[in-house]
Parts: sequence; C-alpha cells; structure tokens
Amino acid sequence: MSAPEIPAAASIITVSNLIKQFGRFVALRGVTAQFAAGKLYVILGDNGAGKTTFLRALAGLAQPTRGEVSILGKNPREACRDVGYMAHPSLLYDELSGLENLRYFARLYDIAGDGRCEQVIRLVRLDPELTRPVGQYSQGMRQRMSLARAILHDPGILFLDEPFSNVDVRSAREMVELLTAMRDAGKTIFVVTHQASLLESVADEFVWMQAGQIVDRTPGLSPSPSRAGTE
Amino acid sequence: MSPLRSITLATLTKDIRLEWRSRDAINSMLFFSLLVVVIFSFSFDPNAEESREIAGGLIWVAFLFAAVVALNQTWARELRNQVLEAYRASPAPANALFLAKALGNFILVSLLEAVMAPLFMIFYNLRALGPAWQLIPIAILGTWALVVNGTFFAAMSLRTRSREIMLPLLLFPISIPAVQSMVEATRIVLAGDGSARFWIVLLLTYDVVFTTACLALFETILQAE
Repeated sequence: MSAPEIPAAASIITVSNLIKQFGRFVALRGVTAQFAAGKLYVILGDNGAGKTTFLRALAGLAQPTRGEVSILGKNPREACRDVGYMAHPSLLYDELSGLENLRYFARLYDIAGDGRCEQVIRLVRLDPELTRPVGQYSQGMRQRMSLARAILHDPGILFLDEPFSNVDVRSAREMVELLTAMRDAGKTIFVVTHQASLLESVADEFVWMQAGQIVDRTPGLSPSPSRAGTE
Repeated sequence: MSPLRSITLATLTKDIRLEWRSRDAINSMLFFSLLVVVIFSFSFDPNAEESREIAGGLIWVAFLFAAVVALNQTWARELRNQVLEAYRASPAPANALFLAKALGNFILVSLLEAVMAPLFMIFYNLRALGPAWQLIPIAILGTWALVVNGTFFAAMSLRTRSREIMLPLLLFPISIPAVQSMVEATRIVLAGDGSARFWIVLLLTYDVVFTTACLALFETILQAE
C-alpha cells in the first residue's frame, strides 16, 4: 500500500468558515485556511485555543457545527484512508502487545499479514518481538507505538496531537527525525504541540491559534511583525 | 472474505482475547448470577410444581441482570485510552463493530447460561414436563434478544455520565416483550402446559425487528460526539 501521489505545494486541505460548538461553548470560530501538500505544519496556541478540536475536525472525528472541511477534494470521512490520526491518549489496548494491537488495526484497513506491522514498529524504533502488553510500556514507548498505529496504513496526511508529551528528549528527537523523513518523502504532517522548539528547525509553517481562530501563520517560531506589535 | 465479515471476525477475536486476559465480565457475571440463584433458593421454598411455574421468570431475570454487567464491560474497554476513536477514524464499517460486540456478548451470556442452568435445575429440583428440546431455541433467541438491544443501548449510553444506571433504564423497558416471551415459553416447557411455539415465533420476530433496527441506527450512534 502506498500514499496517493500528491503534487508538491498543491493545496490538499481546504477549511471554509469552520465553526464547532459544544453546547454554548464555541471551540472554533469560523476558521478558514488552506494547507499545501508535503509540508510540516506546527499548530500552536494556549490551552483552550481550539487546536485539538481543529485537528479532530480535520480528521473527521468532530462534525463541524457549520462550515466545511475538504481533504483531497473529499469530506474527511471519505478521505479516512489517506489520513492518520494520533491523539493525546494512546488509542491502544493496554492488555495487548504492540504487535497484537497493530495486527487488529491493520485488519480495519484491510492490510493482511504481519509484515507491515513489524515494519512500522521498527520504524518507530521499537521491537516487534516485544510480548509485553502495551499497558506495561513506558510513556515514551506508548507514544511511539501510537505513532506506529497512525502510520500503519501509510497515509499521505498525518494529524498528530501532542506526540512529544511525556517523552524523553532522545525519543522526542528520534520522533522528529522520523517526521522529517516522512515530510521529505512527500507526506503532509500537522503537529499540535506545546514543545514547538523541537520542530523549529524542520517545520515549514507555524500556525498560531487563539480563541478558536487562526490568528497568524509564520515560517518561524516568532510571530509576524503585525501580530507581535499587538501583543 | 468481505470487509464486514473479516472485520467482525477480527474484532470478535480481539474482544475474546481481551476478555480471556482480564476476565472482567465473565467473573462478575458468574458471581452475580450465582448469588441470585442462592438468594432466591433461600428466599422461596417452592414445591416442584410451583418451581416449574416461577423458574422461567427467576432464571431469565437473573440472566438479564447478569448480562447488563457484561454489556457495560464491552464498551468500557473501548473507552480506555479512547481506542474507539481509532475505529471511528478508520474506514471499517460501523456494523462490523456492532456485530462483533453483540456476538461477543452472546458468547459470554451463553457460557453463563450453560454453567448456571444446571445449577438452577438442581437448586429448584426442576424437570421439563414438556418438549425439553424447545428450551434450546428459547435460550438462543432469548439470549440474542437481550444482547442485541443491550449492545446497542450500552453504546448509546457510552458517553453519558452515569452509564451504569442509564443502560438498565433504556434496556429493561424495551426488553419487556422479549422477557415475557422467554418466561412464558420456558414456563410452558417446564410445566408441560401445551406448546411454546407461539412465544418462540414472537421471540424470533422480536430478534429480526430489533437486529435490523440496531444495524440501521448503529452508525449514527458510533459517529455521535
């Protein structure tokens, strides 16, 4: 299985006036944006800025109250084979080993055999022979296994929510190397993180969110001059 | 193999493996129904004829309450680490998940029945006076009636704050026609009081109607936030 051919720098994700409400609370307030293929985007913002909700809406896990999300010209549910999603929790069964977990998720994507599962486990620098249940993994190992699950079906677009949380510096750097290699191979990657400095040298764009809106998009970690002046 | 069948099988295998390793549901169900049998046998002291009249009701009520334990467990393990999100994000059909969960619960409750039914027979000194073979379709159709709605309503109450209370509140009223059919059919067979055919057909109809409705509505429940 391989990722769909995406022309470099073409816009593959279009978000139009996206509004997401939870009861009276408005998490996203009319977000409009376009994102190009083959880039690594880092989404930044304070707690409650709407980063996770935005990522979930892009992954098709949160239905917009109003507005539209288009991924490769399709709605997010239809594009689910092209999308990999890694959430803050591991999305893994604690009682199963890493390989058993991936074997199950492989079936959901119609991937037969253990070959691909073992390959992605090695890719995140874990051992496929490890029989320990995931519940007994360290937090760093769990995060890496979670990443392995997200990339199992070789998606062209990756949404990663806090992939470096509770991960030691060495493991975090290894994950950054992996993400960089994946971006260089043409994948589009979105990372929500509070540890943006880890990605400063490799990210293509920093997307700044505040109160449910995208307020700035910058090539580096410093806000653009117009916004810096208002802060 | 079609995706529906292969994913149903994969999910069912995974659930059985998880249950085998944790034994969360089966232990609680067995313990709970054993308590019910013992408490009922001390509370009532019926003669053989009275036993045949009330045993159908006792046994099915015990299984219904025990099934609720398993039904809550089934979905609870999908909530840990939010694993259900991974399923929602995948292209796997919603009905494969529903069928796997319903089949898993059916296997668990059937195992419980296989262990507990002989104990009931011993404690209440029961012997079927009617055609005993009819107890087999009654058990199969009755168990499916409990688990198919139970699986559906357990999924529905998944995101509510007090889901342990919510499930019986939703499940018990809608199960009344099925429970009445199971109890009546079992009583007729045990007491040798004619044919249970009418109640078995009613159970079959109930199963077909509710299985169809649950399959038609499950995707909406799964994708709800």
